[in-house]
Amino acid sequence: MPDVKMPQLGESVTEGTIGKWLKNVGDKVSKYEPLVEVMTDKVNAEVPSDFEGTLTEILVQEGETVKVGTVLCRIAEAGEQSDAQSANAAAPSAHPTEPQTPSAPRPASARSRFSPAVLRLAEEHNIDLSTISGTGEGGRITRKDVLAAIEAGKHGTSEPAEGTPASVSASASAQNDRAAAPAASRGEAAPPSVHTEAGQSSEDVEVLEPSPIRKTIARRMVESKHNAPHAWTMVEADVSELVAFRQRVKADFKRKEGVDLTYLPFFIKAVVEALKQYPMLNASWVDDKIHVHKRINISIAVATDDALVVPVIHNADRLSIAGLAHAVNELAAKARSGRLSLQDVQGGTFTVNNTGAFGSILSQPIINAPQAAILSVESIVKRAVVVNDAIAVRSMVNLCLSLDHRLLDGWVAGQFLKAVKERLQSFGNDTVLF
Amino acid sequence: MAVKQYIEAIHDALQEEMARDERVFVLGEDVGVRGGVFRVTAGLIEQFGEYRVLDFPLTESAIVGVAIGAAAAGMIPVAEIQFADFILPAVNQIISEAAKFRYRSNNDWNCPIVIRAPYGGGIHGALYHSQSMEALFTHVPGLKIVTPSTPEDAKGLLVSAIRDPDPVLFFEHKKLYRSIRGEVPEGEYSTPIGKAAVRREGDDITVITYGLGVHLALDAASHLEKEGISTHILDLRTLRPLDEQAILEAARKTGKVLIVHEDNKVCGVGAEVSAIIAEHALFDLDAPVRRLAGPEVPAMPFSPTLEKAYMLNTDKVAQEMRALAKF
Repeated sequence: MPDVKMPQLGESVTEGTIGKWLKNVGDKVSKYEPLVEVMTDKVNAEVPSDFEGTLTEILVQEGETVKVGTVLCRIAEAGEQSDAQSANAAAPSAHPTEPQTPSAPRPASARSRFSPAVLRLAEEHNIDLSTISGTGEGGRITRKDVLAAIEAGKHGTSEPAEGTPASVSASASAQNDRAAAPAASRGEAAPPSVHTEAGQSSEDVEVLEPSPIRKTIARRMVESKHNAPHAWTMVEADVSELVAFRQRVKADFKRKEGVDLTYLPFFIKAVVEALKQYPMLNASWVDDKIHVHKRINISIAVATDDALVVPVIHNADRLSIAGLAHAVNELAAKARSGRLSLQDVQGGTFTVNNTGAFGSILSQPIINAPQAAILSVESIVKRAVVVNDAIAVRSMVNLCLSLDHRLLDGWVAGQFLKAVKERLQSFGNDTVLF
Repeated sequence: MAVKQYIEAIHDALQEEMARDERVFVLGEDVGVRGGVFRVTAGLIEQFGEYRVLDFPLTESAIVGVAIGAAAAGMIPVAEIQFADFILPAVNQIISEAAKFRYRSNNDWNCPIVIRAPYGGGIHGALYHSQSMEALFTHVPGLKIVTPSTPEDAKGLLVSAIRDPDPVLFFEHKKLYRSIRGEVPEGEYSTPIGKAAVRREGDDITVITYGLGVHLALDAASHLEKEGISTHILDLRTLRPLDEQAILEAARKTGKVLIVHEDNKVCGVGAEVSAIIAEHALFDLDAPVRRLAGPEVPAMPFSPTLEKAYMLNTDKVAQEMRALAKF
């Protein structure tokens, strides 16, 4: 009976969380028909069936996180069952076939399944197995984990396995358990930042298990803030000409191209050209080396209902404004419908964040590590500004840049922003869209 | 100690035992004038003459049958089967006669023969020059089966086999003949039959193997060491009788056992080793016992690609070892 395993959904993806089973036990399944939704750090995907038959067993339940290669379910291939039933009647095969040897059992979550050696050692040394983190497959507690706990106990450590380096590599379920623990304790003792009466009961707080993508966002944000010393700067640009130009051509563009002409492609275009001029902004600080990227791949932040994703426009410097408009439109549509592929989210070298979309006029973005900087484009607002010593009403936009001060200094960042600003201000009736 | 090839060590054992005891003689196809197809018996006919180095017709049943008769008459024959694949015509002599000699005669007679046979693949020998035959004979009470993996053991175990009062099958992996060199002690020594040897100490996983598998496992273990996996390796050396104590000690050392052999898996040596562990060491096991063995196909293919696919190699062994370590 063939197994369906957790696929490797990307090079760096090591585990996935079961979203929703699209098939139930007993359902007929066609080849390539989606069986289950899987959420990983980077993408959500459907796992298709490689076989035609009947789903006989679901081994990993919704919400469980398992490693790549873990068996998710089993499918009885079409005809398999009837063969088995009539096995006695069936003529023996003429060919010597390889016998169906069951592979070593790999339970989805092996945390609560103990080997004889583990049980015996735990009993002999009075070890409570629930206090040990498993480093084996599927979070299984191995004989060595117990031996380490015994050893740690001898040296007077109260939490045996937690202190061992092995627990760092602890498996999916173990990590989940640990991740859940602090959340639960926060629930009981309210976080200090929230003003609450003393003795607030846990009923006043709903504790949510964050989705994998939420956890990833949290982890990456902390990493970025921790690793990259953020500096921040802002310029304002007068985009009155651009506003007028777009107003004039947008209906025609929509009719010809089928997509809306937003301001974002213009901003990306300006950024890309400025990156060409100041390549140090299109770089990364990696292991005390500066990697300057030869390709310009622009990450654009797209908000979905419950998360933020940053799909990538690859080789953005090779696209016209119209080409960028199509690329933005396509990625946004994919992001909102959860269809982004791994390719779509990998390889970004600089991020443009369209905070103006929700009315912000000032923001301090967190760098999309390991990129060098991130640019927020704020709302375009009409303001009274001084032009030629007279007060005029102009369409103004704030451009906010957070930069990694390890490889960038204010001066080059300022030059870059100035270049972006000049290009934005030069957009107008002469601008070529295609 | 001198560094010698595996094949030289076997030659030396034959030569020294023939010189030591004039009852010892060799017989087989092309062992005399030709010096053996692999040149194991080279120079023996010149040294000991044609009455102690007998070229035989292509009749394996006669080679073993004559050896049994000569043994009954007080000689100590060392029969060579040119390739282990050709041993099958002699199976009746080996199993029904030699193995039962002592039992059938109520201990009045014994059968001190040695049957040497090169086995195993990886030398483009195809179907009839590559088979592993050990599992067919390990089932038979009354036989001893020996498979050395190092030059030192090849010599020491062949000496023990020749001096053993009962029939011993001495299987030599032909890929080791000239690819493996090792130190061989000076002077007369013997290696006891029925004793396994620890080839490497480790505490994450245990690999139990023999013959060529020992070298694959050692190689794989040195790779895995860099990945932080520590491997304990037991070389069985004798397949019957198995060294149960050593097997259990090795299994208990880590609780995770991988058995490796080139012979196919079903009812192979690994099945017996695994059963011994299951019977006596259940409460020391930390993982299901794994076996890595040749595929369940009738023979070693001739096509180089398929032969390569059939044969074990360091990568295949390392992959299994990793999987076991991860469990």
